[in-house]
Amino acid sequence: MNVPVEKSKKPAMSLEKAAKARRKFLQSVGLVGGVVGLSLLGYIPVLNASPHRLRPPGALNESDFLSSCIKCGQCVQVCPVQAIKLGDIDDGFGLGVPYIDPREQACDFSCDAVQCILACPTGSLTYKKPPSLNIREGALLAEAPILKAKENDPEPTLNLKERIGIARLAQPSACLAVQGKGFKGQARGAGFDGKMRYMDVDRWKPIPIAEHPYDLPLCDLCVRECPVKGAIELRQLKSADGSTRMMPVVLEPCVGCGVCEMVCPSEPAAIVIDAQATWKGELT
Amino acid sequence: MSRFTDLFMGMLGAAPKKPAVVSEKVQKIMFLKYEDKDRYIKEKMHARDHHLVSHKWRNRRWAVLLAVNLLFVFSFWLDIQILEGALTASRFVGFHLIDLNSALQVMLAHKHIIVNLFIGTFTVFLIWVLLGGRTFCSWVCPYHLLAEWAEALHIKLVGKKLITDHEFHRGTRTVFWLLFALLAIVTGYTVFETLSPTGILSRALIYGPSLALGWVGLLLVFEIVYSRRAWCRYVCPIGLTYGAVGTLSPLRVSFHVEHCFHEGDCRKVCLVPHVLDVTVKGRASEESMSLGPDCTRCGLCVDVCPTGALRYEVKGLSQLL
Repeated sequence: MNVPVEKSKKPAMSLEKAAKARRKFLQSVGLVGGVVGLSLLGYIPVLNASPHRLRPPGALNESDFLSSCIKCGQCVQVCPVQAIKLGDIDDGFGLGVPYIDPREQACDFSCDAVQCILACPTGSLTYKKPPSLNIREGALLAEAPILKAKENDPEPTLNLKERIGIARLAQPSACLAVQGKGFKGQARGAGFDGKMRYMDVDRWKPIPIAEHPYDLPLCDLCVRECPVKGAIELRQLKSADGSTRMMPVVLEPCVGCGVCEMVCPSEPAAIVIDAQATWKGELT
Repeated sequence: MSRFTDLFMGMLGAAPKKPAVVSEKVQKIMFLKYEDKDRYIKEKMHARDHHLVSHKWRNRRWAVLLAVNLLFVFSFWLDIQILEGALTASRFVGFHLIDLNSALQVMLAHKHIIVNLFIGTFTVFLIWVLLGGRTFCSWVCPYHLLAEWAEALHIKLVGKKLITDHEFHRGTRTVFWLLFALLAIVTGYTVFETLSPTGILSRALIYGPSLALGWVGLLLVFEIVYSRRAWCRYVCPIGLTYGAVGTLSPLRVSFHVEHCFHEGDCRKVCLVPHVLDVTVKGRASEESMSLGPDCTRCGLCVDVCPTGALRYEVKGLSQLL
């Protein structure tokens, strides 16, 4: 009696087993599809990135930068003014990739050596780009930038070949110099955390900008605090009505460090960095 | 050689095989074990009664895992500069260390390798060859620790019949490994890093919390309510990369059939129970067998085994001593 019962049971069991295996397979396919689909959502912020992030000095071109960066944050750790932050998940594939928000904290090169480049283990930040990676037109600096802070040193230049962006007077009407106004007090108010190296205070210890108030008959903060020699100047311009006014003009040596944007006392900043922009000639 | 291949295939997702040949010695052991059933049961109960429930290896492991991750944190916060960077890449007192899977993703996506990247990757490769490959998972990865806690909750809920566990095919992880490698090559982005809870958690610990932690939270919820240890078991390519490295490693957990009562407590606590297939009655072919490369050397089985049939072993060292 036992034998037929077992026989009739057996195919039923294996059918159930087959159905289970099938379900498991489909669920596994679903898991693969789901996770890979989610990971590809990382494309959206990358494709929609406008404006681009300002990357640390020595960064490769954006797509090379995203692919070569190993997301370890060693650049973050060596920066003396903590200018470098890491992208979050809303940056998609830029998650964990370093960037600079210059209005909050610009790179003032107070490390002198561009230590973030030195710290990078994968060559995402590099002193010298390998020839296989393309250098965009206008990204290459005409000459090695001279650091004003090191101007009297035997080696006054910064080891940097390409700019990371370019400053632009975005709102001339908001610029105090254009308005002919001076500036007195803390550049960004008492509550601002941003730091900068002041050579007359301490060459090796950046201090909060709030601790270094100014008293200027005509505001020239962007020109005065620009760390690179000859990157920006105040120029006298004649208006159509014959009156003259002063205006900051960005010049070719500008590397896009963002100090001008950080110190600009207008709210929002009259001068801003166009991240990853290239030099296309003087804008007047 | 064929057992080596079988174990590797097992890591990729193949079902464990029954041994074709069982050595005479093991046959004799098994015969003696079951010769007298009453004695066997008595011995088993005796071993159970005298088993001191210990979390020795788990506690040691958690201590190491926390120490490594805190060393990263304090190196930055307190500026002691011993271990700078995050788990994906770092410098230990100046020496480059680079996570093997992250390095692989970067190399495939960027298709250009600089010297430091190579040095760091090779150093880490050597370290984990010595230390056991997937040892990285259970002794270092911060997600592993959270997932262990989530797992405990999951098991509790399953016990109360509030939820049921859903298993996926283990081969899924191999598919993921291949897909993420392919995606890196094709897209030119390190796609996996966007999802990797290991990288996200490591950076969050060191550089402060991020929105990305929400994704890690979702993963944990998924593992609690739907599928036990799903990320580590079925998805994470880091585990497979380190597992491949572990095939060469002398550090492993070994199984001694003579002491085993084939009760299966070890398989119940294991992240990768297929490596413990040898503990099933009739599956061991040799007196002493090391577990496959997928074993994370976490030691949960060593802790739970009432008879000491599972032990840590450094191959070659026992012969030397």
